[in-house]
Amino acid sequence: MSIIIDRRLNDRNKNAVNRQRFLRRYKEQIRKSVTDVVARRSITDMEQSGVVNIPVKDISEPSFQHGGNGGDREYVNAGNREFNTGDKIPRPTGGSGKGSGEGEGGDSEDNFSFALSREEFMSLFFDDLELPHLVRNALGETRDFKWRRAGYTPSGVPANLSVSRSLRNSMARRIAIGAPLRRQLLELEAAQAAAEEIEAMRGRIARIPFVEEVDLRYRHRVKEPQPISRAVMFCLMDVSASMTEDKKDLAKRFFTLLYLFLSRKYEKVELIFIRHTDDAQEVDEDTFFHDTKSGGTVVLSALKLMQEIAVARYPSDSWNIYGAQVSDGDAFGADPEKSRACLVEQLLPLSRYFAYIEVPDQADRPSPLTHAYQRIDSDRFAMKSVMARNEVYPVLRELFKREATV
Amino acid sequence: MSISKLDGGLISTGAEWTFELLERYDHAIHDIAANEFGLDTYPNQIEIIASEQMLDAYASAGLPIGYPHWSYGKEFIRNEQAYRKGARGLAYEIVINSDPCISYLMEENTMAMQALVIAHACYGHNSFFKGNYLFRQWTSADAIIDYMVFARNYVMHCEETYGSERVEEVLDSCHALMSHGVDRYRHPTPLSVAEERDRQREREEYAWRQYDEIWRTLPTRVGAATSQKAAAGRFPAEPQENLLYFIEKYAPKLEPWQRELVRIVRKTAQYFYPQSQTKVMNEGWATFWHYTLLQRMFDKSQVDSGFMIEALASHTNVTMQRGFDQRGYGGLNPYALGFAMMCDIRRICEAPTQEDRDWFPEIAGGDWQKVLDFAMRNYKDESFIGQFLSPRLMREFHLFAVADHEDDDDLVVDSIHNEHGFRRLRRLLATQYNRDQLLPDIQVTQYERSGDRSLTLRHQRSRKRPLAEEANEVLRHLARLWGFTVRLETSDENGRLESVCEVRN
Repeated sequence: MSIIIDRRLNDRNKNAVNRQRFLRRYKEQIRKSVTDVVARRSITDMEQSGVVNIPVKDISEPSFQHGGNGGDREYVNAGNREFNTGDKIPRPTGGSGKGSGEGEGGDSEDNFSFALSREEFMSLFFDDLELPHLVRNALGETRDFKWRRAGYTPSGVPANLSVSRSLRNSMARRIAIGAPLRRQLLELEAAQAAAEEIEAMRGRIARIPFVEEVDLRYRHRVKEPQPISRAVMFCLMDVSASMTEDKKDLAKRFFTLLYLFLSRKYEKVELIFIRHTDDAQEVDEDTFFHDTKSGGTVVLSALKLMQEIAVARYPSDSWNIYGAQVSDGDAFGADPEKSRACLVEQLLPLSRYFAYIEVPDQADRPSPLTHAYQRIDSDRFAMKSVMARNEVYPVLRELFKREATV
Repeated sequence: MSISKLDGGLISTGAEWTFELLERYDHAIHDIAANEFGLDTYPNQIEIIASEQMLDAYASAGLPIGYPHWSYGKEFIRNEQAYRKGARGLAYEIVINSDPCISYLMEENTMAMQALVIAHACYGHNSFFKGNYLFRQWTSADAIIDYMVFARNYVMHCEETYGSERVEEVLDSCHALMSHGVDRYRHPTPLSVAEERDRQREREEYAWRQYDEIWRTLPTRVGAATSQKAAAGRFPAEPQENLLYFIEKYAPKLEPWQRELVRIVRKTAQYFYPQSQTKVMNEGWATFWHYTLLQRMFDKSQVDSGFMIEALASHTNVTMQRGFDQRGYGGLNPYALGFAMMCDIRRICEAPTQEDRDWFPEIAGGDWQKVLDFAMRNYKDESFIGQFLSPRLMREFHLFAVADHEDDDDLVVDSIHNEHGFRRLRRLLATQYNRDQLLPDIQVTQYERSGDRSLTLRHQRSRKRPLAEEANEVLRHLARLWGFTVRLETSDENGRLESVCEVRN
């Protein structure tokens, strides 16, 4: 006779291991695809699951098969309406004769596309930047929670048992249940009933259980997001013609990383994008990364604008101000010195942190801006010259080290 | 409203199923299948699963347990993606050739669907697994689950001991050769020690009886000796078609655990070997029986017409055959062809026409249950179609054969469903289901045991068809397992060598 079993409660993710293995094996291809996605995404949307594509031919499993072309073969098909023996049909372009049963199942699409979960996506993104694991953990966690007391609950683990509450309940129950019995006992005693009747009544009162399941109360705790405050992040970038797409891509990663970090620490993070050539503008993200603008380079203009916006809109007593600047280091005349002075005297006192990365054409030549900035001595300031993606992180290392441990 | 149900009365109404109802339906179907139609089945184990679990089951080709490998992850991701996008529905059931026969039923199915699936899988497929000669010969239903448990544990043990990269390398290479890792014919069972000893004694005795000094004086022929020597030096003496088996036994460099992995993949391939050759029959048989069993239930008024309409709607979807020029045509639908053939055999037995008598004199007017049972037990797709496809069905399916020959510029319609074409059409269709035609013929011809240990394979082209490009990659996999030079010779039908492809190690 048949046995019917309910397996619905069994483990549902039997293939999680195999899925992970697949991702590990094709990490290179997937990473390439992730890079494309990163380029397309806005900084604030970075932290989401994403669809990646890998070429089918990269992941195909080979076996000995007949080739699609050449040789003689016959196919039997269904649904003939007009053909008669000997009719000629022009060979379909694209090679093989019209496959019958065989072509089925083979994916005709050139791309194998599938969704990565948020965690998988971020992990690949971090891999790209070669983040240390400690930082990864700090960034990877969704949110800081704090356990808060929230009264009492009738179910829980023994460790959370509230003895006083439980006993209070027990007492109340015993009083409530025992009351009619005690009244009867008094009546019996008043009526001077037989001794065994009184004794039986006493027995019944004594048999009321001391503690019952219903009495138990446990301390209840709820998770609550930690109260966290607001931050504003200023993204400053030189967009003169010498900033190529590659450099902007580096910049984007740098900004994203800082943003992710801030969004972990603060409940609300606002982004301000300031681009500059010889004058500075506040723009939206898309314009910031993708619009080109021609003109000279005056760094000071951007710093000034940042200071103006900060003072006007983000008073430093209620906002944490972070600055991130990217430039190729070109600056002329008195501009570098003035910028340094502006930064030291006006911006750093306002900001919690200011990071500067330079994306030079050649690594060996110190740029005028670097030259000036190098003399800034503040633990709120960090700078670095960056040529490749994995060099982005160190510029934030100090910040992360300091803040991640807080 | 009275809900009292007498025997033979309606089992249930409405779409909701419960475990109690499943049991009653199963009982009713079993009663009809076993007692009225004499279906012989393994005991059933019916498991209710959710859709995610069905996706899991897909990835491992339906086996409830398998060793970990990335290719299953890929399969899983592909199915999951297609399912999430709505491009593909999920199967209503998966059934495993095991004893007891395990069937997975989706929890989303309605009551009518559950009943249909029980009839289809638990009695249709189940009896096919138990009866068909290929399954009887090549699979041991009572051992497969235990073997897969062993395989999984062994692979995981190897990963712990030797690292998952090394294990993955071996498995990848074996998977590439999987299609050429099955036995098509039984090996003779090895002799026991006692038998060996007896034989040896017999031989000695025979030599002793026949001994005569005079034979020693005969001069030996020179040519015979050398050719004998050449034959003796050649190893293997006969070409070997089971590549995985050959590797498992003779690969010079494999470590014992690697050999065991090869064996695991080979065993798995062998387990699936009958399935690929009986798709049409297996599905046709199961579809025929769910149709017949549910009809019978309806006749006995165990189910109402609402139930039947739902079951038939789904049945019709499954057995639809699109024409070649219609959207979504994917060749002949095995469900449609198989079901039509099973029904047709019943028709030929019950109400034969003159044409049927001419074509099928042995079965026309016979007992349909016996004929169907015989066909189920003793045929595979190729021979089944070759034997039982009737002209009437060829007309109904409007079958036509298209020839794609290298030398012709155009495709030519080879034969159609007319008096001249029936026999050829049937033969061509049968060939189309011949596994040996679908897979290239590649065999081990030589292993230089005492030389450079190189391995030589021979691909004999059938009808000038070339190997697919990826063969080079497979060859590299083979070389990785073999550890020494591997070469693939390609020859034409007459055995004339055409080209050689070599992978050095």
